[in-house]
Amino acid sequence: MKKILTIAFRNLRRYRRRTLLTASLVMLGVLSVLLFTSVTGSFKQMMIGQITDAMLGHIQIHQKGFLAAIDTLPLNRNLKDTQVDKVRAVLDNSDAVAAYSTRLKFGAMFSTFAETTNIRLNGVDPDRELQTVPLLGDRISGRDKPGLLAKGEILVPKLLATGMKVGVGDTVVLVATNKDGSVNGQNFVIGGIVEALSGPGGRDGYIHIEDARSLLRIETDEVSEVAVRLSDIGLLKNTTATLAKELATLRGKEDKPLFEIHSWQELTPFFNIVKMIDVMTFFIKIMLVAIVLVSIMNVMVMAVYERINEIGTIAAIGTGPGKIMALFLSEGLLLGIIGAALGIVVFLAAVAVLNVVPISFDFGQQKGLLLEPAISFAEIVSISLIVVAISVLGSLQPAWKAATMDPITALRHV
Amino acid sequence: MALVEARDLHKSYQDGTTVVHAVDGVSFAIEPGSLVSFVGPSGSGKSTLLNMIGCLDRPSSGSLTVAGQDVSRLTPRESARFRGQHIGFIFQDFNLIPILTVYENIEYPLLMVQNWAPERRRRQVETVLAAVGMADQGHKYPQQISGGQKQRVAVARALVSQAQLVLADEPTANLDKATALQIIALMKRMRDDFGTTFIFSTHDPKIVGTAEIILTLEDGRLVSAEGHGGTP
Ligand SMILES: Nc1ncnc2c1ncn2[C@@H]1O[C@H](COP(=O)(O)OP(=O)(O)OP(=O)(O)O)[C@@H](O)[C@H]1O
Ligand SMILES: [Mg+2]
Repeated sequence: MKKILTIAFRNLRRYRRRTLLTASLVMLGVLSVLLFTSVTGSFKQMMIGQITDAMLGHIQIHQKGFLAAIDTLPLNRNLKDTQVDKVRAVLDNSDAVAAYSTRLKFGAMFSTFAETTNIRLNGVDPDRELQTVPLLGDRISGRDKPGLLAKGEILVPKLLATGMKVGVGDTVVLVATNKDGSVNGQNFVIGGIVEALSGPGGRDGYIHIEDARSLLRIETDEVSEVAVRLSDIGLLKNTTATLAKELATLRGKEDKPLFEIHSWQELTPFFNIVKMIDVMTFFIKIMLVAIVLVSIMNVMVMAVYERINEIGTIAAIGTGPGKIMALFLSEGLLLGIIGAALGIVVFLAAVAVLNVVPISFDFGQQKGLLLEPAISFAEIVSISLIVVAISVLGSLQPAWKAATMDPITALRHV
Repeated sequence: MALVEARDLHKSYQDGTTVVHAVDGVSFAIEPGSLVSFVGPSGSGKSTLLNMIGCLDRPSSGSLTVAGQDVSRLTPRESARFRGQHIGFIFQDFNLIPILTVYENIEYPLLMVQNWAPERRRRQVETVLAAVGMADQGHKYPQQISGGQKQRVAVARALVSQAQLVLADEPTANLDKATALQIIALMKRMRDDFGTTFIFSTHDPKIVGTAEIILTLEDGRLVSAEGHGGTP
C-alpha cells in the first residue's frame, strides 16, 4: 500500500501545476462549504439563542386551544390552578428541565395621562422568568435598580416608549378588562425599556405576576402559559415528546386533552429561516460534491490518457489490473486529501482572522451581533470524508479504464 | 524440454473487409539459454509473434507452450501473472518509468509484481545493476541518462526477477550502431551469467547477424532457421 501511495504521490508531483490547480479547486469548494456552514451555523445558533433565551424559552405549555387564539390573548383559555399544579408536577419530575416560568398574558390599555394605546403584557415572576430566559436581562435598558422587575413596575417595549414619549421613572396607568367584563386600572412606574425581538411576543411588556392578578382581579393561581428551559437544547426533541406523552395522560371532561405543548420551533416563524438555511447548506454541499467530482474526474482522465504508454509498460511486465487500478485510485485519493486538508487549513486561518477582526451584523432591532464562525469538529470531519470519498469515486472510471487497457494497444500508443 | 514451443501458430486480424494473416502457420522450438532473433522485413509478423510468446496476445489457432505452460488460453489476469513470473521485456523506446530512479525502475518488478523481502530485494537489484554496468547510476532519473544507458537499465529490469525468458522487440532501433552492438553483447553476457533465454526481433542489418539462432519471417511464415555461434 505504501509503495502504491509513493508512486501515486510522485505522479502528482510530476504534474505539479495541474495537481495544484485541482487541489485548489477542491480546497475552494471545501473552504466555501466550511465557511458557509459555520457562518450560517453561527447565525442560526445566535438567532435561536436570542429567541429562546430572551423570550420564548425552549418549550411552552398552554391550555388546549390557547395558541390558536393567541392574538386576542383570551383570559378564558388560561390554565386553571389545578391544571398548573399538574404541569408543575410533570416538569419538576423531569431531569431535562432546568427551569420554568409561569406567565399570565393579557392585553391592556396603556395610558400616560395624555395619550392612550394598547399594550400586550406578560405577568411574570421575575426570578423564575430570568432562570427560564436568562438573556431577557440583556434586552432591558435604562434600568437603574437591581433585579429584572419589582412589584409596581412595568417594563415597556421600546417602540411603545418612544411613541408615547415616556422613559424610565415615569408613571403610567394600565387599564385591563377582566374575565367578567369589568374594567380596572392601576398605576405603574416604568422600570426599564425592553428591546424588541423579531417574531410574535417580541414587543410585549412585562409586569409582576401578582400585579397582573390584582389588575385582572384574578384570585387563583391560573396562568396563560408555562415556558420551559431545558438543561441542553439538544434534548429538545426527546423532552418535548416525553412531556407531551405525560401531559396527554391528564385528561379533562369528556376525556378531552387538557394541554398543548410546543417546542420553540413551532412558536416562531424564524424556524422556517433555520430550515431554509439547512436546505441551502445542503445544496451548497451538493455543489461541492459536483465540483470535486468533475475536477477530479477531469484530471484523472487526463492522467490516464497521458500515461497510456506507461500503463502498457507496467501491465506488460506483470502488474495486475488490481494494482493499476489502485495506483490511479490512490492518486484521486491523495488529491482529495490534499484539497480537503488545504481547505481546512485556510478555513481555520479565516476563522482566526475573524476572531481578531470581527464582523458584526444586525438582526431586527438587535445591533452589532458578532459573527463567530461555529462549526463542530464532526461537521469538518464529515465534509472532509465526503470530499475524499467523492475524489476516489471520480477516479473510479479512469482507473478502471487504465486497469482494463490492452497492453499491446497501450504500448503502441504514441 | 524446449522453453518455447510453437506448433502451427496462426494469428489473423480483421482489417475492414480483408483478413490479415500476421502470423500464418509457424512452428519452432527454442531451448533454454538460447540467444534467438526474429528477422524479416517490416510487416512480416515479428512483433505479432513476440507478443504471443510474451502472453500479451493470444494466437488465433495452433499451440504455444512457454516454460511448460500452454499460454494460448490465458485470461488477461492469468497472463499478467504469468508474465510477471516468467518473462522479462525490453522495449524499443526503453519505457522506463520517468518518476522512478534507475534503481527504483529495476526494483519495480520485485516490489510491485512480485513481493520480495527488502534485504533480498536490495541485494538482487544491486547485483543486476552491477551486471549491466550501471552500479554508480542508480540514483539518477531516466531523463538524466543516455539512450544506451536506458536500455541497460531496461535489460536489468527484465532480468531482475530472474525470468527464464526475456523478449525484446527491436531493442536497438533507437540506438546507434556501437551502442546497439553493446546492448546485444550485454544480452549475450547476461545469458552466459544467468542462463536467461533472450529472443529479440530486428530488421536492422547492423545486428541481424549477432544472434546465435536466426529465424527469418516473411509474410507471417518462417522461411529459414539458421544457427551459428554468432558474432559479437
Ligand atoms: N492490431 C492489428 N490489426 C490489424 N492488423 C495488424 C494488427 N497488428 C498487426 N497487424 C498486421 O499484421 C502484420 C504483421 O505486423 P507486425 O507488427 O507483427 O510486423 P513486424 O514484423 O513487427 O513489422 P515491423 O518491422 O514494422 O515492426 C502487418 O501487416 C500488420 O499490419
Ligand atoms: Mg514490429
